[in-house]
Order: sequence, then structure tokens, then C-alpha cells
Amino acid sequence: MITFDRVSKRYRAKEAVANISFHIGRGEMVFITGHSGAGKSSLLRLIPLLERPSGGSVAVSGVDLAELPRRRIPHLRRGIGITFQDHRLLGDRSVFDNVALPLLVAGIPYRETGRRVRAALDKVGLLNKESAEPITLSGGEQQRVGIARAVVTRPPILLADEPTGNLDPSLSTEIMHLFAQFSALGVTTVIATHDLPLVEQLGHRRITLQAGRVAVDTARYSR
Amino acid sequence: MSVAQQRNALRRRLGAWAAQHGRSLTATLGQFRRSPGPSAMTAAVIGIALALPAGFLGILDNIESMTQPWRSGWQASLFLERDLATASQKELAARLDKRPEVATVERLSREQALAEFRRYSDFDRAVELLDENPLPPVLIVHPSTGLSPSATDELVAALDDHSEVERVRLDREWVERLHAMMALAERGVWLITALLGIAVILVVGNTIRLDIENRREEIVITKLLGGTDAFVRRPFLYSGLGYGISGGILATILVEAGRWILSPPVNRLASLYDSSFRLDGIGLSGAATLLAAGGLLGLLGSGLAVGRHLAAVEPA
Ligand SMILES: Nc1ncnc2c1ncn2[C@@H]1O[C@H](COP(=O)(O)OP(=O)(O)O)[C@@H](O)[C@H]1O
Ligand SMILES: [Mg+2]
Repeated sequence: MITFDRVSKRYRAKEAVANISFHIGRGEMVFITGHSGAGKSSLLRLIPLLERPSGGSVAVSGVDLAELPRRRIPHLRRGIGITFQDHRLLGDRSVFDNVALPLLVAGIPYRETGRRVRAALDKVGLLNKESAEPITLSGGEQQRVGIARAVVTRPPILLADEPTGNLDPSLSTEIMHLFAQFSALGVTTVIATHDLPLVEQLGHRRITLQAGRVAVDTARYSR
Repeated sequence: MSVAQQRNALRRRLGAWAAQHGRSLTATLGQFRRSPGPSAMTAAVIGIALALPAGFLGILDNIESMTQPWRSGWQASLFLERDLATASQKELAARLDKRPEVATVERLSREQALAEFRRYSDFDRAVELLDENPLPPVLIVHPSTGLSPSATDELVAALDDHSEVERVRLDREWVERLHAMMALAERGVWLITALLGIAVILVVGNTIRLDIENRREEIVITKLLGGTDAFVRRPFLYSGLGYGISGGILATILVEAGRWILSPPVNRLASLYDSSFRLDGIGLSGAATLLAAGGLLGLLGSGLAVGRHLAAVEPA
């Protein structure tokens, strides 16, 4: 589903991602771990073409992103649900409108919007908050609104950047289980996190980065 | 695919397209409602910028229609050969009268010409000293109304071409001056119109630019979620169109209010001159033109702003 082939990403002198290769299969759940500054976010940003690699090639669903024309980028992004550490919700819109935005963007008929938004909010346990403003919610609730927004269009790929960033352990576990559920439904899920104890406890494939390079890829050992 | 299926697919796509536009439009109206202050200010600036040239052009139109009856008030005096027979004079007068550009032809025989000359000049003593009438017979040609200057020139040349006509004197200097002044005023108004049009484009462009700045995060997130350029652009174009059309409506109101204020003194002036002249309003077509012009300029301004500033807002 996602293939990196000797990919590097340089920011001026700094090489954030260096010569990385891996393949993530359909429906797989993978953790990208490493210290802060190891290159996790930089790696994730290459998948929906928020950045272009400086070298190597990235392929998503068999399509080499280097050959994807500019006008096809929106289509690529609609197939990828993303959550951010800083949530990136619209402060002047209700929770409902935030979660409905991907449906609006994808041109889903209006009569389907309400049902699908509520289904997504129900999944993250926020059905009663649909008319709340995001600022009035706790960090964990905002993260879950972000997850609802990421999954509302049922994309085949889900990317999460530090989804448990500043949450307490029990809430973190809860959110990771939520991602595991999506993965079990066939969604390819890639989660960047530095919460190693939690990752080890869950026991999925783990790719550990160190200064932009792959230090450990547990898939290599299990194969 | 069968024809019916194709038609259904087309209908579905059209429906989705219309729904997307409908929602953009609703969002735009919502935007206007959320920040009515700046929106109203922009619309007001556009309204005034459109009302000024519309008002000037309206005044010019009114002057033109007021002076229309006077414009063809000129006449041409054709001095004929001195010894042209009366029958030939009459025949020529009849021939000229048939031309469509000619309203009436008056004929003055040599004797009538002399009588006129005596009546209107102080030379009657001097004339008596002459043993022969020095004046030629004259045809006075009144043109039909609404002749353009070029048609007038053509008519005069045609009159001069007749062999019986010695000389043509045209009494139209002031008409030409009026035409020249009106042409100058019209050119000036169009110049102002062009400048104000550019001003409207810049005002809308700047408003939309600020709008884009204020909604930067929203644009970035929309692009992150796979919003196409067209999708992101649409609400801003609608905003520009909205500003322009609101400005056009306001301009219509301003122009009509101006007419309402000017009408009583104009009517009083007209009655003093025994004239039935009334100020014409811009009418339905004028209002439609103002709205269309406003909408077009608004769309242009927002299009420019969107083209320049939206591409720079990319998610990272
Ligand atoms: N836009 C950028 N410009 C310059 N340097 C960057 C940029 N993004 C990331 N970096 C650098 O690349 C390295 C990796 O950063 P990042 O991918 O955010 O790491 P992580 O998410 O693992 O903490 C860091 O040293 C960071 O300073
Ligand atoms: Mg990071």
C-alpha cells in the first residue's frame, strides 16, 4: 500500500529522512517510533505529498508519487485520513462542521453528511459534543475529533502524528485501540509516536528511526 | 451504458455540481453575515465608485436628449445662379425636398431675397442706388431631425454638387461646438469610469486578499483534506461577485436618489423655459447594467486576488 524506496528528505543542510526503504501492506498497522527530531513527522508528510522527497521514490497504492500530476494531489489526499499532534481543527466551526469538512470536500451528497458525521463521532465517543466548539474540548477530545474527521470518508489509509502526544496513559491506550479497530477493518494505519512502552504493549510492527535512518524494523525479524 | 443510464449519470453529476455551488454560496452568505461591517464597507465603496460614472453618464444622456431638437435646428442656404429660371428653381426645390435627409425646402426668389435683405439690414438706401437686384435666388434647406455630423457633411456636399448651386452656407457652428463639447465630456466620463472600474477591482482584490489571510488555516486544512484548487477558490469568487452585485444595487439606489433630489429644481427650470423636459432615470436596463458591471468587476478583482495569493497557501 505504501512503499518507500531509498527515500531522503533534506531541509537545507539537515537531512531529516535519510535513505529509508520499507513496504507497508494493505490493512497493516505500523508504528513509527524514535526520539523527538528523529524524522517521524517528516516521513509521514511525504505520503500525502505535503512535502516532496529530495531523493528516492514513494509509492501509494501502486502509484509513484513523483509521477502524480499536480491536479491529482487532491484525489490522493482524499484517500488518506490524517490526524495531527496539534489537531488542526477549525476554531470557528462546531465539532460537527469540522468532521463534515472532508465530506464536503469530497462532494458527498448533503443528505448523507449527517449520518456519516454522527457515525464517526459515535465511534470516537463524542456523539454528545457535535455542536460544541473545539476550544471548549479537552486535548484528548480534540484529538478524537481529529480522528473522527480523518475516518469520516472511510479512507483506505490512516496517518496519525503523535495522536497520544499529551494524553494520560489510559486515554492513550484507548485511542491506540481505536486505531487498531480501524486497522482490523482493513485500513492501512501508520502512527508516529515516541510513546515506546505503549507501542511495545500493543505489539504491532514497529519502525524505529534514528537521525532519519531506520534503526529497527520489526517486520524484518518476523519475516 | 444505455442512453438512459448516461442521462442519469449526467443528472447525478450536475446535481452534485449544483449542490457544491449551492453550499459554497450558502457559506459565502454566512461569511457576509458573520462580518457585516467590512463587507458593507467594501460594498459601499464599490457602490459609490459605480454611482459616480453612472450619474455622469445619466446627466450626459439627459443633456443629449434635451438638446436633440436644437441639434437639427441648423439650416443650409443654397445661393443659386443669378439667372436661374423660376421653373428651374422650383424644380430643384422639389427634387431636394424628396431627399430623406431633408425635412423642408423654402424658396426665396431674387425679389423676396431683396425684400428680406432690406428688412434685416441698414443697407436699403444703398440697395436703392443699385439699378439691378444684386442678390441670387436662395433655397433654404432644413434637414430632418437626428442627422449625425457625418451625415450632415454628406448632405452639404451633395447639395453643393448641384450645378445650379453657386454656394452653400451652413449655419451650424454652434451645433458643432455642442457636439464637440459633448464628445469631450463623454470621453472624460469614460476615462473616469475606467479609473473607477480599476479602483473597484483593486478594492475587491484587497478585500479578498485580507479574507484569504484571515482564513489561511481553513484553506490549508481544506487542501490537506483533498480540496481541489477550484473548491478552495469558489467561496472567494462568490464573495467577489457578492461584493460587486451589492455595490451595483447600492449604486442604483444612489443614482435614483440623486435624480430624486435634482428633479424638483430641474422641473422648475424647465417650466421657466416652457419646456416639458424631465430628468430620465437609469431605468431597468441601467440598473441591470450597473449590477452586471459590479458583478463582473467584483469577479475580476477576486479572481486576481485568488490567482495571486491562494497558490501561496499550501499545507506543510
Ligand atoms: N520544515 C522544516 N524545515 C527545516 N527543518 C525541518 C523541517 N521539518 C523538520 N525539520 C528538521 O528535521 C528533523 C526531523 O524533524 P521531525 O520530522 O519533525 O522529527 P520528529 O517528528 O521525529 O520529531 C528535525 O531536526 C527538524 O528540525
Ligand atoms: Mg513530530
